[in-house]
Amino acid sequence: MNQSQSDRPGRGDMPAPGGLPPASSVGSAGFPGSLIGYDAARASGAGRSGSPEARAVPLVQLRGIRKSFGDLLVNDGVDLTLLPGEVHALLGENGAGKTTLMRILYGLTRPDGGVIEIAGAARTIASPGDAIGAGIGMVTQHFSLVGRMTVTDNLLLSRAGAGRLDRRAGRRMVAAAAERIGVHVDPDAVVEKLSVGEQQRVEILKALSRDCRVLILDEPTAVLVPQDVAALFASIRLLTAQGIGVLFISHKLGEVSEISDRVSVLRRGRIIDTVPTAGATPARLAEMMVGRPTVGVRRDDRDAAGGTELADAAPPSAPPKDVLSVRGLRLAGRGKEALAGVTLSVAPGEIVGVAGVSGNGQTELVQVLCGLAKPTAGTVTVNGIDVTGADPEKVIAAGLGRITEDRHACVVGKLTVAQNLVMEDLPRFRRGPFLDRTAIRAHAERLIEEFSIKAKPDDPISTLSGGNMQKVLLARTLARDPVALVVSQPTRGLDIGATEFVHRQLLARRAAGAAVLLVSEDLEELLALADRIVVIYEGALVGELPAAGADIERLGLMMAGQSAQSGAAA
Amino acid sequence: MSMRLVLRGREPRWLAPVLVLVAVVIVYLLTAGPIRGAGANPQAAYQRYIVTPLTQTTSLTEVVLAAIPILFTGLAVAVAFRSGYWNIGAEGQFLAGAIGATAPGLYLPNLPGPLAIPLALVAGALAGVLWSLVPALLRTRYRIDEVVTTLLLNPVALLLVQGLLNGPWRNSTSGFPVSNNLGAGYRMPLAIPGSRVHLGVVIAAVLAIAIWLVMSRTATGLRARAVGLSPDAARFSGISVRKTLLRSALISGAIAGLGGADQVLGVGHKLSQEVSSSYGYTGIVVATLGALTAGGVVLVALLLGDITVGAQNASLVLQLPPQMGEIVSSLLMLAVISMLVLRRYKVSWRRDRSGALAAADAPGGGGAAGPPGPPGSVSAAQSHDPASALPSMTASTAAPDSVSRAVSPPASAADIASPGAPSSSKTPLEQQLSTPDATVGTPGEEETV
Ligand SMILES: Nc1ncnc2c1ncn2[C@@H]1O[C@H](COP(=O)(O)OP(=O)(O)OP(=O)(O)O)[C@@H](O)[C@H]1O
Ligand SMILES: [Mg+2]
Repeated sequence: MNQSQSDRPGRGDMPAPGGLPPASSVGSAGFPGSLIGYDAARASGAGRSGSPEARAVPLVQLRGIRKSFGDLLVNDGVDLTLLPGEVHALLGENGAGKTTLMRILYGLTRPDGGVIEIAGAARTIASPGDAIGAGIGMVTQHFSLVGRMTVTDNLLLSRAGAGRLDRRAGRRMVAAAAERIGVHVDPDAVVEKLSVGEQQRVEILKALSRDCRVLILDEPTAVLVPQDVAALFASIRLLTAQGIGVLFISHKLGEVSEISDRVSVLRRGRIIDTVPTAGATPARLAEMMVGRPTVGVRRDDRDAAGGTELADAAPPSAPPKDVLSVRGLRLAGRGKEALAGVTLSVAPGEIVGVAGVSGNGQTELVQVLCGLAKPTAGTVTVNGIDVTGADPEKVIAAGLGRITEDRHACVVGKLTVAQNLVMEDLPRFRRGPFLDRTAIRAHAERLIEEFSIKAKPDDPISTLSGGNMQKVLLARTLARDPVALVVSQPTRGLDIGATEFVHRQLLARRAAGAAVLLVSEDLEELLALADRIVVIYEGALVGELPAAGADIERLGLMMAGQSAQSGAAA
Repeated sequence: MSMRLVLRGREPRWLAPVLVLVAVVIVYLLTAGPIRGAGANPQAAYQRYIVTPLTQTTSLTEVVLAAIPILFTGLAVAVAFRSGYWNIGAEGQFLAGAIGATAPGLYLPNLPGPLAIPLALVAGALAGVLWSLVPALLRTRYRIDEVVTTLLLNPVALLLVQGLLNGPWRNSTSGFPVSNNLGAGYRMPLAIPGSRVHLGVVIAAVLAIAIWLVMSRTATGLRARAVGLSPDAARFSGISVRKTLLRSALISGAIAGLGGADQVLGVGHKLSQEVSSSYGYTGIVVATLGALTAGGVVLVALLLGDITVGAQNASLVLQLPPQMGEIVSSLLMLAVISMLVLRRYKVSWRRDRSGALAAADAPGGGGAAGPPGPPGSVSAAQSHDPASALPSMTASTAAPDSVSRAVSPPASAADIASPGAPSSSKTPLEQQLSTPDATVGTPGEEETV
């Protein structure tokens, strides 16, 4: 850390009251001594009141940051200010340039132009090393932890000099940093055995142990279950009370209004506005992001399915044959069974939601249905065809459309959008022995248009933003007109507009008579779209209730596994 | 002041050719001393190595002749690597092909050419398939790493050749461990009259074109590429990864075997222990340098043929040891790869406090398995995808760091086991170890495509 200290601009020219305190080793003594300075800054208006910029010296000031990839302008003269002790949320549609901006601040991406000021002095940040030296820490969605090492070793790694490792000091460092965010972390736990939420905490500890005063959190809640989100927010509040500034990215407006002090909205690489959170309604924020008013989509929206009344038209005569049906599905897991006899069925024109706390077998259920895992017992039929344990090829042929939670595992990153769009359907695009490249291109152009995907047919799909990649997958699946759909976490990481779009598409499929199984950790999504909700707990379905007028409290209890005793299964 | 390597956004068009020239100059400077020490004028030696072979018709045909076997093995390796099957066993499959072609030549010596040649070629290809069958099945059935199994079968094939030549196929007149000459019908017709270039060059050219067509224009090729780039995604899309790998492995074996057969029929007309002078291993270099594309393989094979002939020439005329030619060609390859990787970066000089290398983005799967270098070493370049740095690269090339894999297969066997999965947990660690101050937070994907 000596290096990083000498990195800092001469402290003589730093203003006294709001300036950064000297980097103190977290390991030695809990909180830095000069915290009073921070609290003063916060008290003098860094909170939700007034115009804070006037008083405190910003931790970070971005001026006119520009970045383009090829001819795509991703950051177009972005100005952003982060004050000590504030949570500054960054909102914007998929592809608006939020991640790129944060990567620039953390030295992972080189800007084309613009100035980064840290504590009032312009700095060049050409690498994460520079950023760390400047007191910036970043937690990305994909963690950079060494899974087989302990928490302590991971922290020591990031500061390992030439000398020998002092594990005792390392453990103290972990404990001290953990105390700062108000959580308990076992310093000797092996990282890969920790839950996602705990791993995220380790990432935050890592940043703190390197003495960061600016913490960048890029979509930290996208991977968390609600309880972990609450814990994260508590930690964030502790940190801001210590004067740390947090840059927080999320697509969930509720979270943004709960945790942030100010919000900046980014649209197509430009900052539309920066406003105090207190005065901004979710509707207003959404409008700023998208540029037009938005509405949520619900199952009972008549116009959602293109103005037809099909959506709620109950089938008049004989009850429809179940299109997707699962009987007694079992799958061995590590230790206990991952699936312990799941039975469910989905009728045409019906959306069945699967609710549950993550890790209760949802992933495995979807994998079995998609043909990616072979069940140890039970049957799966699609449209009357037995596809138990069949390969994806047969599952697709039976008419099942699939959207899984890990969209990166469903596309070949280096191949183009057009190639990925036809990957499931290659025989259709043949002319003689060769692929019909004109037809493939035309197909891609049509789907890009129809699903308003922001990409060109020849773009490698790995360069697409999350929302656009999801739209490509959706387009690929729906283009085959599936009779049944298995959809898992379809809107994770998507912005409001894209979420709305996906919801509309799913409802349109329902209206067209498809059977949809929707697995989601987002209860609001389930309640908005599903006709029935089943709850999965420890690999078994523990209850079922109609979505209309569902009792959220009861749903929560069932998700916690309590309905088995109360016999609530309908 | 310190030097930093910074990823450049776009590169000017003239850069690649200029860098190749720079590579030649560097190698020239490196080898000038030794060449002088060996008693020759470096300038004249280089003239001999690179230019002379291309200036005369006879030597030009020799260049083509020298390129034929590595064309076959290069194509064989490219086909396998492209779909993510790390076939290091082209050497063994080449030898098996040579055995396969020799057998009918010894036991049915009186067949006429139009029957004999196809029969021997088919026998060679089948022998190559047979030699690749066991590793391929072990890989696709039981997930046993093909790098190890294919590699281990290479010395076995050589032992088989030696066993045959010291046993049943020992030369009946001289008693040397060389087979009898094959029947007259088994002499491959010449492609260029008056030279030694035989019809094998046509077979190789047809193969190259066919591979290019299949890979870039057909559903089979697209599937194979998808499997090579991302097995999980391919599987999800309904592509049978097992079938694709098996098919690629066997085709690769067939091509290598065909190369061995062709070498026996076209050059030696008998089986000898030296029928392959490491053509199978050279094929790995050829395929990787050729960015796993058919066109690239053809270019690199011809270039290597050029230097091979040039080195023979130089050792004859200038009395240079023949090893000098190998040194020059190896150094040249290394230098060209390094320069082409480096062209992704620009050098910026700046005052630097820590002296640490700007940790440029490493693409997923930075398999730089070497020991942590000192701060300031070009460790970022190691973990770069060499294939994508080459000029002949098409839109989608497989095999991240296949060079480091290919060059030291056993060491990096573990990496190769999971070609598609970027070892993202490892990359930052290595970077942290090698550059203590510059910690990379995420394995980025930026600007490396
Ligand atoms: N390395 C790259 N090469 C080319 N284009 C890129 C690259 N990285 C990002 N982009 C493009 O830049 C745009 C902005 O991407 P960015 O990841 O910053 O968006 P974002 O606001 O974080 O979106 P999301 O909410 O989906 O995460 C996108 O259109 C993306 O396709
Ligand atoms: Mg992002």
